[in-house]
Amino acid sequence: MPGVTIDKNHCKGCELCVKACPQQILAMSKQISIRGYFYAEMIDSSRCIGCRICAIVCPDVAIEVNVNGTTFSLFEY
Amino acid sequence: MEQDTKTIFSRPEALRDTVTHYCPGCTHGVAHRIVAEVIDSLGVREKTLGVAPVGCSVFIYNYINTDFLEAPHGRAPALATGFKRLRPDMVVFTYQGDGDLASIGMAEIIHAANRGEKITVIFINNAIYGMTGGQMAPTTISGQITTTCPFGRDVAQTGYPIRMVELLSSLSTPMYLERVTVNSPQHIIKAKRAIKKAFQYQLEGRCFSLVEVLSTCPTNWGLIPSEATKWLNDNMIPNYPLGCFKTPDDVETDHGTV
Amino acid sequence: MAKILMKGNEAIAEAAIKAGGINYFCYPITPQTEVAEYLARRIPEVGGVYLQGESELAVSNMLFGAASTGKRVFTTSSSPGISLMQEAISYMAGAQLPVVLVNIMRGGPGLGGILPAQSDYFQATKGGGHGDYRLLVLAPSSIQEAVDLMMLSFHLADKYRNPVMMIGDGMIGQMMEPVEFPDKYEEPELPPKTWAATGAKGRPAHIIKSLFLDPIALDKNSWILHDKYERMKKEEVRFELYNHSSKNKIMLIAYGTMARICQTAIDRLKEEGISVGLFRPITLFPFPEKQIYKEATKENIRELLVIEMSTAQMFEDVERAVYGKKKVNFFGRTGGIVPPPEEVMEHIKMLLNKKSKDKKKA
Repeated sequence: MPGVTIDKNHCKGCELCVKACPQQILAMSKQISIRGYFYAEMIDSSRCIGCRICAIVCPDVAIEVNVNGTTFSLFEY
Repeated sequence: MEQDTKTIFSRPEALRDTVTHYCPGCTHGVAHRIVAEVIDSLGVREKTLGVAPVGCSVFIYNYINTDFLEAPHGRAPALATGFKRLRPDMVVFTYQGDGDLASIGMAEIIHAANRGEKITVIFINNAIYGMTGGQMAPTTISGQITTTCPFGRDVAQTGYPIRMVELLSSLSTPMYLERVTVNSPQHIIKAKRAIKKAFQYQLEGRCFSLVEVLSTCPTNWGLIPSEATKWLNDNMIPNYPLGCFKTPDDVETDHGTV
Repeated sequence: MAKILMKGNEAIAEAAIKAGGINYFCYPITPQTEVAEYLARRIPEVGGVYLQGESELAVSNMLFGAASTGKRVFTTSSSPGISLMQEAISYMAGAQLPVVLVNIMRGGPGLGGILPAQSDYFQATKGGGHGDYRLLVLAPSSIQEAVDLMMLSFHLADKYRNPVMMIGDGMIGQMMEPVEFPDKYEEPELPPKTWAATGAKGRPAHIIKSLFLDPIALDKNSWILHDKYERMKKEEVRFELYNHSSKNKIMLIAYGTMARICQTAIDRLKEEGISVGLFRPITLFPFPEKQIYKEATKENIRELLVIEMSTAQMFEDVERAVYGKKKVNFFGRTGGIVPPPEEVMEHIKMLLNKKSKDKKKA
């Protein structure tokens, strides 16, 4: 099961990952982080396909992508 | 059955674990990361020297974990030249914005490229002077509004945006020149490949390499990051076509005898 | 090693090689281009790096990069080229990089002329570039001295991690004199360059920079630099006295080629029974202020005469050093006109006679 961890303290609320996610399962939180930004968060981890697109577009390396078991890599990165 | 968790995307080793000072959505962050990823994948962090510019990315040395020199505005290619000539065994790259490279540093980049210095230049083009608050740059698009052309760049007064990759490709010295962008996932993946190619040419001792990375400046463009990536697509790519403009394998056409 | 007859520019070039300064970045400019031409053949022989850059601006920045490797690097140029280098010199001083610069002075300001001058004293000793820094400045007055000081420059640059400038003038660059080189330049041991950028292997990354946005950090850096210059003032002052005698009523102060001419004038005046002394600063920074004060305030000295090929630059430092205790006169020639000894003698006599006339009036 792929999953994504978003570090609240690195996220600057730019929303690029939200727009980029092909599954549309990321959204901006309603709360602000200690840095004063609305941060991105996963809203439906069951539909994450581990494509890593969110992590690739994130300018702040706030996203880490993990997978359990076998997964197919959609592209080489 | 226990299933192991595998991390398939994480912070590259060559990128320090710190929060950058860059604006939200600024693609410097992406460019820094893909450069660090390439350094990691080639295993050259310990023999790499970066040359920092003057611009928002003057602090690149706080983010990419290699030895660094801090150059005066525009002079990074000259510093890189001096260093690489004495240490050809090290990997030397400069990271410069469009004000740094195409304005004050125009002479230094052309001559370093023309001499075929075996360095790699990462050229971040966001069509504006970011650090100083959004002034016009030589790469500003016609009609684009900046603080020093508040009515839009008037090409009759200040000329047209300079296309650096095309300019440098007119030189006869073999070199690798490619223009990429980082405004979408596919583009980022291609940009990383180009940057890796550029570093590989240096490792082969082959030629000068420059990768122009069309980038966003949401703050000074006055757009939110996702609008900025669209603006780049609609306005910058038509002016600055993507693609590879020169490789060292190109055969020079005969320029005719004098 | 035997003495050989060499042109100043070429002797300076060879001296650099002897001291391990085999990495050279240059740009042609009269009257020092011969250094670049000599080294174009010589440096490949010793396995160094030679590069002619696209401008002095580029060359000085290449020096920053090259000096960051920890190897000995240098350049030579002349007044207008040195002006172009001020940006990088300021950066190198701020980043504490050792580098040797040679200014073979020519007439200025602007494009000026190509004949000898001493009009870059302020530029060399009072900054030139922006910020709180100084260069260690050495001024030879013969080609042999230029050879000796050139080798010393590399040692001092490494010792203080600071740019060192040797200033000559078109005369020193162009004339030929017999010189002797040591087989090997012997120098006191220096600490290893642990600050150099050699690749972040097994150590934290080195960042060679001059930017300190935090005011406390910048303040600290400025005082680190300042302390170096104070140490230079204690340890590196060099000067020479010529015809030092308690009979002297007038003391000349001159450096470089001008000092050479003064020496001839003094010798000729001696034949006429007139005794005049010369104080020749060899380091222009640190300036031999204390020593000038000591000599100037001696009872027998009536007044001083500063002679420069300029419209009075070192003159101000002499005035400052003397603290108003004695009158400081000035005689200068510019435009590339090198005053012959006769002119200097005339001036000295004028000064001596003037005083006697006043005495008669009184």
